Amino acid sequence: MSIATTRTRIVRPLVVRRRGLLTRHPRITLAALLLGTLAGLAIFAPFITEYDPMTLAVTQRLRPPSAAHWFGTDAYGRDTFSRTIYGGRISMQIGVSVAAMSVLIGVVVGMLGGAIRWLDPIVMRISDGLMSIPAILLAIALMSLTKASVATVIIAITIPEVPRVIRLVRSLVLTIREQTYMQAAIASGTRLPRLMLRHILPNVLTPLIVQATYICASAVLLEAYLGFLGAGTPTEVPSWGNIIAENRTFVQLATWNVMFPGVFLALMVLGVNMLGDGVRDLLDPRLAGRIGK
Amino acid sequence: MLRIVLRRLGATIPVMLVVAVVVFLMLHLSAGDPAAIIAGDNATEEDIALLRKSLGLDRPLAEQFVQWIWQLAQGDLGVSIFNRVPVATMIAQRMEPTIALTVLTMTLAVSLAVPLGVLAAWRVGTWVDHTIMALAVAAFSCPVFLIGYALVQQFARTWKVLPVQGYTPLSEGLVPFLLHLALPAISLGLIYTALLARMTRSTMLEVLGEDYIRTARAKGLGVRQVLLQHGLRNAAVPIVTTIGLGIALLIGGVVVAESVFAIPGIGRLTVEALQQRDYPVIQGVILVSSLAYVLVNLLIDLSYLLLDPRIRY
Amino acid sequence: MHNRRNILAGAGAAALLAGSLAEGRAQPKKIKTLKAVVHADLKIVDPVWTTAYITQRHANLVYDTLFALNAKFEPKPQMVESYTLSPDGLKYTFTLRPGLVFHDNQPVRPVDCIASIKRWSARDPMGQLLATFITEMAVVDDRTFSMTLKEPYGLVLDSLGKATSPPYIMPERLANTPPNEQVTDPTGSGPFMFKKDEWRPGNRAVYLRHPGYVPRSEPPDYLSGGKIAKLDRLEWIYIPDNNTVLSALQAGEIDYFEAPPLDFIGMLKGSPDISVLNIDSLGVQGLIRPNTLHPPFDKYEGRQALLHLIDQAEYMGAVVGDASLYMPFCGAYFLCNSDNETAVGSEPLRKPDYAKAKALLAQAGYVPGQKIVVLQPTDRPQYNAATTVLISGLRKAGVTVDVQSADWSTITSRRTRRDPPDKGGWNLFITTHGGPDTSMPVSNVWFNSKCERANPGWACDPELEKLISAWAREPDRAKRHAGIEEIQRRAYVSVPYVPFGQFFQPVAFRKNVTGVLAAGQPVYWNIDKS
Repeated sequence: MSIATTRTRIVRPLVVRRRGLLTRHPRITLAALLLGTLAGLAIFAPFITEYDPMTLAVTQRLRPPSAAHWFGTDAYGRDTFSRTIYGGRISMQIGVSVAAMSVLIGVVVGMLGGAIRWLDPIVMRISDGLMSIPAILLAIALMSLTKASVATVIIAITIPEVPRVIRLVRSLVLTIREQTYMQAAIASGTRLPRLMLRHILPNVLTPLIVQATYICASAVLLEAYLGFLGAGTPTEVPSWGNIIAENRTFVQLATWNVMFPGVFLALMVLGVNMLGDGVRDLLDPRLAGRIGK
Repeated sequence: MLRIVLRRLGATIPVMLVVAVVVFLMLHLSAGDPAAIIAGDNATEEDIALLRKSLGLDRPLAEQFVQWIWQLAQGDLGVSIFNRVPVATMIAQRMEPTIALTVLTMTLAVSLAVPLGVLAAWRVGTWVDHTIMALAVAAFSCPVFLIGYALVQQFARTWKVLPVQGYTPLSEGLVPFLLHLALPAISLGLIYTALLARMTRSTMLEVLGEDYIRTARAKGLGVRQVLLQHGLRNAAVPIVTTIGLGIALLIGGVVVAESVFAIPGIGRLTVEALQQRDYPVIQGVILVSSLAYVLVNLLIDLSYLLLDPRIRY
Repeated sequence: MHNRRNILAGAGAAALLAGSLAEGRAQPKKIKTLKAVVHADLKIVDPVWTTAYITQRHANLVYDTLFALNAKFEPKPQMVESYTLSPDGLKYTFTLRPGLVFHDNQPVRPVDCIASIKRWSARDPMGQLLATFITEMAVVDDRTFSMTLKEPYGLVLDSLGKATSPPYIMPERLANTPPNEQVTDPTGSGPFMFKKDEWRPGNRAVYLRHPGYVPRSEPPDYLSGGKIAKLDRLEWIYIPDNNTVLSALQAGEIDYFEAPPLDFIGMLKGSPDISVLNIDSLGVQGLIRPNTLHPPFDKYEGRQALLHLIDQAEYMGAVVGDASLYMPFCGAYFLCNSDNETAVGSEPLRKPDYAKAKALLAQAGYVPGQKIVVLQPTDRPQYNAATTVLISGLRKAGVTVDVQSADWSTITSRRTRRDPPDKGGWNLFITTHGGPDTSMPVSNVWFNSKCERANPGWACDPELEKLISAWAREPDRAKRHAGIEEIQRRAYVSVPYVPFGQFFQPVAFRKNVTGVLAAGQPVYWNIDKS
């Protein structure tokens, strides 16, 4: 148990491995392909579908999928395929912004807290305070503060996520800090910023990527929950979350309106997760099936 | 140990105070006015103003805050603006279903996820791993309400083996209690299991990649011994962290599940109070749930000490 | 010895028998319970303090009223046995039926009625109007009281027997509570008693049959006639998710659903276990409310422009869907199917004419590019749907729309603000109303055009108010009918609101539930369950 050997960790440069990326990392390739397709559909939506996602045609309401409407129509007769691919714009924007913002803020604060002993209790008490308010309730409360908009939703979802990142980073830093090689580095008088960048950051990076994928996915889902509870993005602009939320009343009658955006949502989460796992294995090559076989 | 607990308990007081101030300000500065909701469509502005006055909402914020804190200090959470029922009573009525659902879901998820995660890590790269992870991703990316509706459709409407909705208190028997909680706990548990299984697998892989594990393997220790004694033990800290984080995630799901399955719990109480701007209820519920959360976190932090002797406070 | 033992044994058996008989008497049959899912959560039990529909329906169970409407919307005596009006039309004398008791077994006295009318008339608009005519109310004897007016008023009985927010009769001790304070003791004299200890706000409310209630002998007719509670126990359950309610109804976990989503009516009609019944011949009217304080809707032309944007079929398609549940077109401010239905003046509403709308907006001073703030509720599907159609219509007329999405409680609060639209105010929002109250100019609260004293939107038209006031004073029902046309013609000029359609909300219940009344709103007397 005490064989925790000194870790001299080498993060292999990505560049060297680029050539064999496709064959060696099918997961990343697949994920990139999946996310690329979804992003492409969202970006080039106006060229892909002739239907405007906002135009009402109540005579066409709740039609099942057909050649004219691939994914059917919703309760206003709007084309669900069009709404789904346009909806990707908002959902992706929310997922990526929330993940980026919360990880960025969380890492900086968490590393400082984990590394500087006197700062730790302050950071932890504040994040404890924020975290102790259930995320969804905090988000709903924040949504009611101001008018519903995409920016409000992003902020309302980010704020409760940040302390969670801080906590994870800090628990990792705590463990790393006590390891022999860190003790050695500290003893040899390495300065704090250098310590952070050279020793701690690379070590927290891998779990953070996993965490970021999780945040990204959960942000997209949380947006759907906010919609479900009546506090999501304005229904005027479609997002997968609010399409599902808006059509949930009809789930027994018109499953397609919930199923298709739901599948897209699941595909995005799948893509993000595969990307996260893939990159993780790429950065940390010691992991491929070493044990048990 | 006792000193740590006492110190941390002492530290919760400022945390709770911060929560109290934040929640109070956030609510009272936000849009929406309970008086307008109560007065209804026929009300003129004078009616609403009169109502605000009789509810005490027209007084300066600072005064209202001081009064609320003073009440709190005496252990009084106040009464609901709408039905004049004491907030403490409302919370007490709603506590049992939420705790029951949370505990049941946690138990279900942890007992499923940790073995699955370990299994996937052990069989990493094989079809076992791929299947488990594919299922995890699928479950993880499904909104709670969708899973809920699907389960209701199958179990309650087609097969008619489980009730669609509602909650039966434990005092009315274990079987009806569990039957009513089965569908909500499964819908929530799936997502939580998926998250936890993923984290368990990642952490296990990380640990299993460590040199000392290889050394242990080289020493000729059996697979099971390496996995359980060394692997799981070292993976315990991040896994417990995830369980702790998961409780927060779970509460989000609980709010939605309580709506879908008509369970009269804390989550629905809060959402409804927020929609109606029933300030005393929202403040009370958030304070109480924050306190509960802080205590759970304290337990988690303490468990680090037991799980990883390298950590000290 | 032998004998004595026999006697003892016999006595024991007799005692046992008596015991079981007593038990049998105490529970002659199974308690008959109806589980009904209601449309909203009962949060407040005082029907004067709030006008929430759910509280009004609670009040219908717990309280009784002096008069009540029949299916022709005529007020009929309910608690009142007989009444007289003096030849000069100035003094009403009401005599209560004998044997009326409150849930606490105290008799209903004239003082209770007077105090209840007073408290009600401080809050209800029709009550406020009535109060301006009353000079005195006085107790005559144990069952009789009088009401003296300063001049003849045609709507005394209509006011006392309103379908929503009538004066519910409470004990005097409760009715003396100031109208801006909440009564939390739900003691009334109605056919059901509220079981307060089982009330779980956010979940359920429980009612028991009032054993001392004496129903009228006439058969039930709309809200009038005999209110016989056939159920022993009524459980109101609140479930926020409609899919869950539908599943619970289909699985037989609940018996009655007040407000099934309209898109599911077709499906429910096809179900062998479930009945669907439209209990409300008047239904619900949707309305677009312009804010008359700010341009361009401060001008008649601006509001008239809105009329030209409306395709009622499009609104109803989006809000309702099922064509059997809405009227293809209804141009009557006071509801189609009502006593006061007329199509006078509704021509502009018949067909959308975006060019005309554009021209009228320009006349009202609207400059293209000027932002029109529309409040869109995120948590009310029907309002949300109608608002979506409204926004698309405005855009077709070249209007720049600023959509402000928020939850309904934020909107109810924001709409009371008089500030300019770009400073936290608003231009347009959507709501609905219905029932007999909507069908009369004095009790239609969004029609009220008393400027400062009107509902948010502050509809303002003194000429219209003059017509309404003359109409209300007319004691002859037939003559009042003629006045309606004049009122409506004027309303289509000043446009207090734009009606965008009329639709119906049926109730659904299990086939073993019988006796559901078409009383315009869900009432629970006369309902039986086998």
